[in-house]
Amino acid sequence: MATPLHYMSLRELSDALHRREVSSVELATAHLDRMEEVEPRLGAYLAVTGNLALGQAEEADRRLSEATGGPLTGVPMQLKDNISTTNVITTCASRMLEGYVPTYDATVTRRLAEAGAVLLGKGNMDEFAMGSSTENSAFKNAANPWDTARVPGGSSGGPAVAVAAGEAVFALGSDTGGSIRQPASLCGIVGLKPTYGLVSRYGLIAFASSLDQLGPLTRTVEDAAMVLNAVSGHDPLDSTSIAQAAPDYTKDLDQGVKGLRVGVVREYFGDAVDSGVARVTHQAIARLEELGAEVEWDVSLPMSDIALAVYYILAPSECSANLARYDGVKYGFSDQETDGMWAALEATRRHGFGPEVRRRILLGTYALSAGYYDAYYLKAQQVRTLIRQEFAAAFKKVDLLVTPTSPTTAFRLGERVHDPLAMHASDICTVPVNIAGIPGISVPCGFVDGLPVGLQLLGPHLSEPTLLRAAYAYQQSTDWHTHHPEL
Amino acid sequence: MTSQPQPERLGSEEVRHIAALCRIGLTDEEVEQMRDELTSLLGEVRVVQGVDTTGVEPTGHAVEVDSVMRDDEARPSMTVEEVLSNAPVREGDYIRVQAVLEE
Repeated sequence: MATPLHYMSLRELSDALHRREVSSVELATAHLDRMEEVEPRLGAYLAVTGNLALGQAEEADRRLSEATGGPLTGVPMQLKDNISTTNVITTCASRMLEGYVPTYDATVTRRLAEAGAVLLGKGNMDEFAMGSSTENSAFKNAANPWDTARVPGGSSGGPAVAVAAGEAVFALGSDTGGSIRQPASLCGIVGLKPTYGLVSRYGLIAFASSLDQLGPLTRTVEDAAMVLNAVSGHDPLDSTSIAQAAPDYTKDLDQGVKGLRVGVVREYFGDAVDSGVARVTHQAIARLEELGAEVEWDVSLPMSDIALAVYYILAPSECSANLARYDGVKYGFSDQETDGMWAALEATRRHGFGPEVRRRILLGTYALSAGYYDAYYLKAQQVRTLIRQEFAAAFKKVDLLVTPTSPTTAFRLGERVHDPLAMHASDICTVPVNIAGIPGISVPCGFVDGLPVGLQLLGPHLSEPTLLRAAYAYQQSTDWHTHHPEL
Repeated sequence: MTSQPQPERLGSEEVRHIAALCRIGLTDEEVEQMRDELTSLLGEVRVVQGVDTTGVEPTGHAVEVDSVMRDDEARPSMTVEEVLSNAPVREGDYIRVQAVLEE
């Protein structure tokens, strides 16, 4: 049976668009129809921009007819709802920004528009990207397309669901502690968190500025490389943007893994990791070995166990500073019922933020407050140095590290939502990567009881070409990415 | 790494102090709930205190970045309409707020 349009890869659709076998308007319409069919069960979108999409698609078809389009021209996509889009509502899934309409584009929004990509709408997420299940969305839950009683992961749950269920060809998410990779893993797709600073954060509504990074969610590794090509590269509007030209990430994808040294990190296969997930991950690593990689089966990174604690000091601390701007004065939710400036401000923040966001602001404020700063925030920053050094030492011996992306497959809706510590444990395999600022990719590597499992590959700073090459070699030797949920 | 004892339950005054610092209003019931939740979260993160960090420099950003300066050139900024387009309460070309100075 031929692959339906909504499950074809970005590469296939891009080629079909350029050969004029399909038009961008047809493609946008097919996706809007698909959304009408499955979206009521999935909740991947907070806003659908149908008319805008059709207008952009017409413009893309004009470019394609003049043969002036690029690889993304005419391709329908979704942006996570913390990415600023001029004249398109951007809420961060928070009551605090309900109705907020940006007057400027994020750099990634502008770059994708210039590349001719077509915006279908904004992706559901955990409020302000804080969470691992999308259940912290103030507006609605998202469901995992493989089992709608389960979570899609988070915080980029909407983007992961949209791509996994054929509601977008690709999506852009943000990853502060695993928010691209973990939902990609739970939904059976590819998710890439690039090196910190490779993709401009200008216009990404901030959560934890030293950890936040934007990246693609796609159905294939090649597609991830194509999207990265469009969004990466230096941006003068982001002072942490890496000042060097980004290469063509699709160029050496097919160079294979022969001779590549790959380390298996012992600490990522501890008690918290489900035995089925560990088994499937080991099989994937054995496949890399068959493909010619030199696998070092027992690499130890002892600081891994402390990374979660470091993360839950640094991220809330930075969040408490970043979210101080929501005062109900210039934009966003504003309590108008309470008398007195300070009382109104406290009411605005009490009602505008949901429970997890309030909890993190309070925790971060505590960690930064007089008397506790040295014991928590400064201490965590010092341990961060040790984690960074440990990764750097490992990458002197191996080219890449491999781990599971998530310790378990998708959990049930409601299962962890009232237990913050259990929810935090969803991130144990992904947070060390943000702390060290290195890139990581999750690629589908099998199923346990019908639910997808992701293999996480990690490399040193700016090793995206190697990372993508290894993930591509693995994906080409398997057919996991051709499995799609039945909806 | 040594395991840390569970911290004592945070006092309600301490929770109120933190809430005041970040201007989040809490009801008495929420203060009680936060005492438990913050105590449990602090128990989770306190393990960092068992790591020997003698002589270790803190990391602010994982990738080295220098201060970035741009040339001091005039360039267009947002229009008044753009700036005010999301204002909760507008009065002419101003944002209306509650009185800041008390009588």
